[in-house]
Amino acid sequence: MNTKLATVLLLASATTLAACGKKAPEQLPPPPVDTAPPAAPAPTTPMGPQVGSQEHFSNAVNGQTVIYFDTDRFNISTASAATLQAQAQYFAQYPQLTFTIEGHADERGTREYNLALGERRANAAKNYLVSLGIAPNRIAVVSYGKERPVALGSDEQSWAQNRRAASVMIR
Amino acid sequence: MKRMIWLAPLALVFSIAVQAQDLGAPVGEGGRVERIQVAPTDATDGPLRGTVTDESDWSDIGIAIPAFATDRNRETPANAEGTGALGREIARVITANLRNNGLFKPVGPDSLPSPTFPQITSPAWTSWRGRSAEMLVHGYVQARDDGRLVVGCYLYDVSLQSELIREGWIVPPADWRRAAHKCSDVIFARLTGESPFFDSRIAYIAETGPKDARVKRLAIMDSDGANHRFLTLGSATALTPRFSPDYSKILYLSYVDGNPRIYVYDIGTGQQTLVTENRNPTIAPRWSPDGRSILYSMSVAGNTDIYIVPATGGTSKRLTDAPGIDVGGSFSPDGTKIVFESDRSGSQQCYIMNVDGSNQRRISFFGGRCATPEWSPRGDQIAFTRIAGDFNIAVMNTNGGGMRVLTRGWQDEAPTWAPNGRIIQFFRTERGSGRSGIWQVDLTGRNERRLPTPVDGSDPAWGPIRP
Repeated sequence: MNTKLATVLLLASATTLAACGKKAPEQLPPPPVDTAPPAAPAPTTPMGPQVGSQEHFSNAVNGQTVIYFDTDRFNISTASAATLQAQAQYFAQYPQLTFTIEGHADERGTREYNLALGERRANAAKNYLVSLGIAPNRIAVVSYGKERPVALGSDEQSWAQNRRAASVMIR
Repeated sequence: MKRMIWLAPLALVFSIAVQAQDLGAPVGEGGRVERIQVAPTDATDGPLRGTVTDESDWSDIGIAIPAFATDRNRETPANAEGTGALGREIARVITANLRNNGLFKPVGPDSLPSPTFPQITSPAWTSWRGRSAEMLVHGYVQARDDGRLVVGCYLYDVSLQSELIREGWIVPPADWRRAAHKCSDVIFARLTGESPFFDSRIAYIAETGPKDARVKRLAIMDSDGANHRFLTLGSATALTPRFSPDYSKILYLSYVDGNPRIYVYDIGTGQQTLVTENRNPTIAPRWSPDGRSILYSMSVAGNTDIYIVPATGGTSKRLTDAPGIDVGGSFSPDGTKIVFESDRSGSQQCYIMNVDGSNQRRISFFGGRCATPEWSPRGDQIAFTRIAGDFNIAVMNTNGGGMRVLTRGWQDEAPTWAPNGRIIQFFRTERGSGRSGIWQVDLTGRNERRLPTPVDGSDPAWGPIRP
């Protein structure tokens, strides 16, 4: 309320001053055209994760950066195919990005066989992405066998989470 | 002060260079132990009465192992209290060797009278006959003027009052335990008719940290766990070591460049090289028995096959070409055949081929899976990981028959043979925690025990008997 009153008073005094100093112009200037003001310059720092970061990738594919496998298998399931298709869209959109597919196995296998199995799973994922048009030289592959579990239990549920191939951005 | 400032940048450079390789400072390997003639006694070296092959008999033999005597107590770097105390330590090591491996019924120096130096070649029979021991070990230790130690080792039959065998060695003070192991080997071999195994070393992976962030370091130790050394620093995961037959090198897998690759590590110089210059991952390294060839497995576009390459480098030759995983491999002692695992049939099974890759044939048909086969140094048995629900250590003969399961852990994996083919080491992983330990079991399956290691351990690899 106070602000409004002050504005009225200011305007009133300005009019009074103008009236005192000068003759009113014959023609009023044309009313301002109803155009949008010039767009504010884009902020120099992005608000979200940067393109090529793991977070940006993960957000773009709804968190589906990992595919899973059955025991001792390396075939791409229907669910995994959908995940990889989402990933392929992202990689097609940003052709400058390179990434690694990490292949893993659960703890219920011998060490060396699991290293070979992780390699096989990572390559299966790579081959599927290549079939969707991603250049093979953009995809590195590494197997960790059973050396890097994400689920720590010794039960079927944990093992299912550890039999995986994870796509990881190379920065 | 001035000097410290000067050295600081140097130290920094050095530590960075070391970190990049994940290697610790190199450790020298002891060489050949010099064998000597020791003072003879009156008794002739007659055959052991009733040498037995059924160990249920000889496992009951009582052996008295009093302190080794010394002619005069001298200073030695091997023991702060001199050669007298060292003699007692040597007897303790021998006692522990025999006891821990379930061999005989040893009684050690801490519950026995100590013989005098002259009694070493002339035992006080009347006092020993009153004890339950059928066998008596005597020995002595002398420090020479050059600092080296002379260790003599005698085995007597108490009831016959006769000497069965004697041997002696000259060792540098740092190698005094080797003399104790050599003496253990002499006793073991004489009483069982088997080949020796105590004077040998083990390479393995030392593990620390939580299950999802295990630190895995290359480490080595004597067969009894002594003289333990870490060879890598732990910044890169190290796996699956194998001692070369002459102990000068170790093959192992390291992620030091981000990918699994096999390196040849020279223990004396601390230098290491890739087993093959190739962009593909390499795993599962093995030496040939003569140390001239190296087997490794390499994945190309997801397909893993077994290759052989001269240990000095050169062209690799692919031995398998089945689609799928062919991995590992273990030479027969004569170097003509290789047993390996393959999932070409749909699951892990064990196969044998000639060393040139010809005549590949499956040998495991007993149900369950067959993994990590290792050919016995004696040639007649193959140890492997049997996967049938749980993971257990088992043996079979070389055509796949006579399968016997030796262990009953939840996950027992990766057998490795003692040099004499009588004991198998492996690692056992605990369900849940994922913690691992090195265990061993003899061929009867009865004597199972955990090896003491400073931290958790896996991937043991037992080297041959030392010269």
